Amino acid sequence: MEPVLQEIYDSILNGQQKVSSAKVAEALEKGISASAILNDGMVTAMAEVGRLFEEGEYFVPEMLIAARAMQSGLAVLKPALVKADVKPIGKVAAGTVKGDLHDIGKNLVCMMLEGASFEIIDLGTDVTPDKFVDAIQNKGANFIAMSALLTTTMPYMKNTVEAIKAAGLRDKVHILVGGAPVTDTYAREIGADGYAPDASRAVALAKSLI
Amino acid sequence: MLAFLERLQAGQILVADGATGTNLQQRGLDRGIPSERWVLENPEQILRLHRDFVAAGSDIILTSTFGATTIRLEQAGLAARSAEINRQAVALARQAAEGTQTLVGGSIGPTGQLLKPLGPLEEADACAAFATQAKELSEAGVDLLVIETQFDLGEAKAAIRAVRSVTQVALVVSFSYDRGTRTMMGVRPGVMAAELANLGVNVLGINCGRSLEDNRKALAELRSATTLPIWFKPNAGLPVLDEEANTMYTVSPEQMGAEAASWIAAGAQVVGGCCGTSPAHLGAIARAVKAGQTAN
Repeated sequence: MEPVLQEIYDSILNGQQKVSSAKVAEALEKGISASAILNDGMVTAMAEVGRLFEEGEYFVPEMLIAARAMQSGLAVLKPALVKADVKPIGKVAAGTVKGDLHDIGKNLVCMMLEGASFEIIDLGTDVTPDKFVDAIQNKGANFIAMSALLTTTMPYMKNTVEAIKAAGLRDKVHILVGGAPVTDTYAREIGADGYAPDASRAVALAKSLI
Repeated sequence: MLAFLERLQAGQILVADGATGTNLQQRGLDRGIPSERWVLENPEQILRLHRDFVAAGSDIILTSTFGATTIRLEQAGLAARSAEINRQAVALARQAAEGTQTLVGGSIGPTGQLLKPLGPLEEADACAAFATQAKELSEAGVDLLVIETQFDLGEAKAAIRAVRSVTQVALVVSFSYDRGTRTMMGVRPGVMAAELANLGVNVLGINCGRSLEDNRKALAELRSATTLPIWFKPNAGLPVLDEEANTMYTVSPEQMGAEAASWIAAGAQVVGGCCGTSPAHLGAIARAVKAGQTAN
């Protein structure tokens, strides 16, 4: 691998925003392709961040600063990605469900998915079923990622799945669910395509559904 | 009535209470509605739950104010009523404790946001919100304050400083180790004890977290790291879901009671339960504590 790609990888793992953006610029100047920078430098780094989180080596702070370093590099890379017509591997509309304002987990999932070269439509918090439906109908989302921290708001995941079905869009979208009280069984019961216990495994799940 | 810290200094084992949220949900609190709303709109149910815990043997009951900082109340559209909620919640707990030796603890939960630079929250704003709540609770007459379910040292320190800027009431600070023996931010019990030791905290604690086994490990780590008394309110195990997808906790009252003696043996001096701990679970814990004290 080009040394500069290794440096991009390292800067993301170490959470160094400025180094990450500078090294991406350097790689572009060297004529390395946008997709190689993305896949070999950044996506692999974020996959390693996810692995370290699952292993209990990294916690939320390490994951957040790594994701920010990835985002600062991505901002530099974006024009080159557009120019080279590198397409995202999926378009995810993400939000916390109606009544739930806890977005720490949802934000981590968005960043990790972005780091795996998904495009993110962040719908924010307290997202009604209608807004998820709108993101599929009008914004081209082919993934829905719903989060709930509270046992009391979790049932709105089911309402959202039903609203998507009622709009005739169920076969156009993969539905992922997560959050502290959510389980694999629950995901199956409400007709979602899968459950992930953390941001890292949300990426693995989304990729498995493509 | 002996105060909280005097009872601890005298070596008493105290029984705290069980869950607020999960019990209120079983009693009809709707999805997505914070229990603070019931303090205003359905106070009879709050009072009833407090009374159930007192009857089950709680020496300490916690006010239904876990989410009653202005930052959290704002999300429920209730920020303007913060003083009313905190005062009314203390009054309800006081009413349930009347005529008994039961102490009232004012519950202070996390803001739900991360502090800068990791999140959007200014430390000064967190401090101001915690100070407001601590003032409202202490003026309404609590015996102790409990900063609970914390996961971030920065936020916990902001809360402690805020409390100490408005009151010298007895203070418990309790962390949730929901990544096993680390919090989601990676804090270990030993680090928590070292970082919070000189800030005017009287009791260190563990609550919520993950499984009973993980919580026991966290307790052993905390015990070896501090000489302060330890508060211990684990979840009644891990949650599972029933056919209607309601959250259920499978650890029975008997199992919880059988566990309680081991928590005391491991160095906890205040014991109770978090999510999933019904009055029946709490009763089993209280019986185990009382049986242990009689045996001594």
